Amino acid sequence: MLDADFFRRWMTVAAASVDREAERLTALDSAIGDADHGSNLQRGFTAVRATLEKESPETPGQVLTLAGRQLISTVGGASGPLYGTLLRRAGKALGDAAEVDEAQLAEALRAGVDGVMALGGAAPGDKTMIDALAPAVDALPDGFAAARAAAEEGAVATTPLQARKGRASYLGERSIGHQDPGATSSALLIAALQEAASGA
Amino acid sequence: MRMLINVPETVVADALRGIAAAHPELTVDVENRVIVRRDAPVAGQVALVSGGGSGHEPLHGGFVGPGMLSAACPGEVFTSPVPDQMARAAAAVDSGAGVLFVVKNYTGDVLNFDMAAELAEDEGIQVAKVLVNDDVAVTDSLYTAGRRGTGATLFVEKIAGAAAAEGQPLERVESVGRQVNENSRSFGVALSAVTTPAKGSPTFDLPAGELELGIGIHGEPGRERRAMMTSREIADFAVHAVLDDMTPRNPVLVLVNGMGATPLLELYGFNAEVQRVLGERGVAVARTLVGNYVTSLDMAGASVTLCQVDEELLRLWDAPVSTPALRWGM
Repeated sequence: MLDADFFRRWMTVAAASVDREAERLTALDSAIGDADHGSNLQRGFTAVRATLEKESPETPGQVLTLAGRQLISTVGGASGPLYGTLLRRAGKALGDAAEVDEAQLAEALRAGVDGVMALGGAAPGDKTMIDALAPAVDALPDGFAAARAAAEEGAVATTPLQARKGRASYLGERSIGHQDPGATSSALLIAALQEAASGA
Repeated sequence: MRMLINVPETVVADALRGIAAAHPELTVDVENRVIVRRDAPVAGQVALVSGGGSGHEPLHGGFVGPGMLSAACPGEVFTSPVPDQMARAAAAVDSGAGVLFVVKNYTGDVLNFDMAAELAEDEGIQVAKVLVNDDVAVTDSLYTAGRRGTGATLFVEKIAGAAAAEGQPLERVESVGRQVNENSRSFGVALSAVTTPAKGSPTFDLPAGELELGIGIHGEPGRERRAMMTSREIADFAVHAVLDDMTPRNPVLVLVNGMGATPLLELYGFNAEVQRVLGERGVAVARTLVGNYVTSLDMAGASVTLCQVDEELLRLWDAPVSTPALRWGM
């Protein structure tokens, strides 16, 4: 069973991972966007880490809802509302339970991904974060390692696609050949789930 | 990297402190990143709030003042502001007559302003929105985020701002804003790439002797790259691109806008070529504005925006305005 501590660890590991990879995310974004994805997410997750230390939410649902609200208030751009919605929706779906199992987490994340798709209007294959998140949620019933592999594979698979949503879509065919920064950061978030579970 | 900054993290806050010092007629909330005209809320008037990423100055903070915006929310460099900022701005300027959000069509700006509208409406503030999407370089389809909002933002903010200053109701101010957007088209070219403070190196590689056609205002590459052209050739290309997408039956407002690093000497020369092409195409020009208004940090290059106006829109354009970057008639 996964408790509030696990979810706090997940967010902390995600923050560390975004810190580590910020430059790579920004470099990916400079190819097809406006070169700020890394620094924006870094600012958001730093704020998430600080808020979780200060407010000590007591349930898994509260941890995710609080983290999501913090991302919306600090990140800006498209990734603020999209990542914020992912976590808030997932948090809401978990309700007041003190502990949840893997199946409940998978279900909650699916609600989050549905929220992101509704908000951004993106579908799989549009070269967005959905291309990493959707396969990860599908694979989650097989465990965190499977979800991580699916997310990473999904992120890499955005490279040959033409962007149809977000700022990269303005480049048309010139977006082909570059890995999507949003799908890449989504894969980091899913990888952090496995690292949190292994106690890293 | 050679930039007149301290550290990338404080670029926006430092600029806001500088704006506050230079413009006592504005109230600048550095911590929450909201710029408000000092006399707001103005009784009986609809308030205009806009915002977007920093790096496009004077847009939007430079357009706050009587006759234009009531408040502006600057985000991080090239990153839209967050909903909290916009909701705070709306609360600061609403006189009870309602607030019009002027939103440039980028996914981030749209999502954050939508969330802000919900927050403001929860507080009992009446909110309407105008989406600016004037850039003809972007192919619009059901499957994309649509056209970008660029130079026409200035026309929308000025003309809708004048309607608000006259005491027109929210519904009318909104429809004037929409009309301006629908009548406006833009096209931009880049002669160099942008260096953002956070990245510290150009966002794309543009070799000497080449230029990007159909760029936006965020340092993203354009639609195509060609060998360097003369001002005359660029004007032909840009104005034809705009006119391929609109057929003005009325006179137009012309904005020849610099991207930040192109001097006025070049912009005026470019304007001469733009006016020549318009003359050749039989388009009457009502007013022309030349300068750096909707910029993209240190990018060299220019954009052309045309806005077709009837007598009413022209009257509102000519109405008095008093902001740091746009000022006439008062």
